[in-house]
Amino acid sequence: MSKHLKHLLTYVVALLLFVFMGYPFLYMISTSFKSLESFFIEPFAILSWPLNFSNYTEVFTMGLGRYFMNSIIISVTAVTLVVLVAALASYPISRLKFKMNRPLFLLFIAGMMLPIHATLIPIFVLTQNLGIYDSLLALLGPYIAFALPISIFILTQFMQEVPKELEEAAMIDGCGHIRIFWNIMVPMTIPAISTIVIYNFIHIWTEFIFALVLISSPGNMTLPLGLQRFYDEFSVNVPALMAALTLASMPILLVYIFAQEKVVKGLAGGAVKG
Amino acid sequence: MQTVSPVKTSKHLEIKKKKKKWKHTFTICMFIAPALFIYGLYVLYPILSTFQLSLSSWDGNPAGPTFIGLDNYIRLLSDPIFFKALRNNILVVLTSVFIQIPLGLILALLLFAPLKGLRVFSTVYFMPFLMSTVAIGLLWIFIFDPINGPLNKFIQTLGMKPVAWLGSPDTAMFSVLLVIVWQFAPFYMILFKAAMVGIPDELYESASIDGATGVKKFIYITLPLLIPTMVTSSILAIVGSLKQFDLFYIMTGGGPSNATELMGTYMYKNAFLSFNMGYASTIAFTMFLIAFIVTVIIQVLEYYRRKKGVFS
Repeated sequence: MSKHLKHLLTYVVALLLFVFMGYPFLYMISTSFKSLESFFIEPFAILSWPLNFSNYTEVFTMGLGRYFMNSIIISVTAVTLVVLVAALASYPISRLKFKMNRPLFLLFIAGMMLPIHATLIPIFVLTQNLGIYDSLLALLGPYIAFALPISIFILTQFMQEVPKELEEAAMIDGCGHIRIFWNIMVPMTIPAISTIVIYNFIHIWTEFIFALVLISSPGNMTLPLGLQRFYDEFSVNVPALMAALTLASMPILLVYIFAQEKVVKGLAGGAVKG
Repeated sequence: MQTVSPVKTSKHLEIKKKKKKWKHTFTICMFIAPALFIYGLYVLYPILSTFQLSLSSWDGNPAGPTFIGLDNYIRLLSDPIFFKALRNNILVVLTSVFIQIPLGLILALLLFAPLKGLRVFSTVYFMPFLMSTVAIGLLWIFIFDPINGPLNKFIQTLGMKPVAWLGSPDTAMFSVLLVIVWQFAPFYMILFKAAMVGIPDELYESASIDGATGVKKFIYITLPLLIPTMVTSSILAIVGSLKQFDLFYIMTGGGPSNATELMGTYMYKNAFLSFNMGYASTIAFTMFLIAFIVTVIIQVLEYYRRKKGVFS
């Protein structure tokens, strides 16, 4: 095969895959700028003039703002707590000697393979018994618990690599474990912490099944659940739904555009170290 | 000096040592307690509780479950829908391992090809993985739409007849699998990319000196060095596929006529639509057992692979 032909072939494959991976986004964004009439007249046109921005205002009157708020509140709260709780647990597991290091580590990381369904009914019952069913608070526990395995997995690997000398020097200066944790371990593991922040933020932002089971009223819905409700109630209004999908996907896409390397690393975190 | 009341000193030391050890244990407990509490409450206890519920009949009423022994498991073994769901889950696993992962590899290879506008390619290739599964499902419902959907429009220009992609039992499973490939291929792309960046250039250079061409370099250098990544990817794909739920729930809800039913969707319907909490727990616990067995098998295989040094 000649070199030119090979080059051409590579381009063709790359472009075909480009269309396959990219076209749905183009469809979503272009449809979101169409009016309902122009969508039914020419659903396949990439752009139909004039651009119609009313879908974006309309979805907010339909309650998208509330879903956004709820998603932001639960994501920020849950991610903050996961980082704190996971870092606290990772410190003794990775640095202090006691009999249970290994069993505890395995117990936590075993959670990575666990199907959520195996916990769904008891968590549903527990949430009702605690009196927090149908509130954002209901999601907090499950989100933290299911983020712990990957977070502890990444953090313990990182903490193990912190030089022993730093810790010993601090010990000689009379630092206790709490000071060592705050003043040495946390600053030294910032890269790992940013990885788990990104990883968990994306997963919690997009989480669906717990929200589906634990939330019922629209006022408490997170974005994924709210989008599904939009579809159930307004499925005829395709352009508005596409505007909602575009907006809901925006935060993660923006984070990705501004911190591409970090996001890729963060998402691969489970498989590739830190 | 050593002869002066050695008993007293050692006893004193022992108490001090014990006190220190107790303090050490206490500190450890304080650090781990929050994580263990949440994990215990929302992961460990629910699994045990699911097992207990799987042995009972319960419609969710306050009176509580009734113990019925293994009846639910016997029912499960003769439930054709469950086996259909299990078969579909296996289909997801196979698609993930044999289509998604190779596609991820192709995408990663393209990122190393001398293409113009590589940054644009890599950004777009990766984007699907950043959308929420719910958004992906809803978006593709409209792409598959039999009347206004672009896919049917496209195949009609090729002279084919329109297809009810999600509405017909013959095509529904294929359609959702296509979306899964679309969603997760980028993930494997970044895993392969990370592995390929780690391959030293010297290997390729010395191969070039020996007269190896592109294809040979790929077969004799790239591919063998990517095998650990392929193993990792396969493990992630298998474990992930057994948990699959969101996309199927959104796009088909397991239908039409159970054609796309998964263990997850079937369990959800039993638990929260028909309130067969007991039977749903049986399905859920079976899912747990399958995931557990698969994990153990993978770990054992991994152990032997590492020990023998095969592929690593």
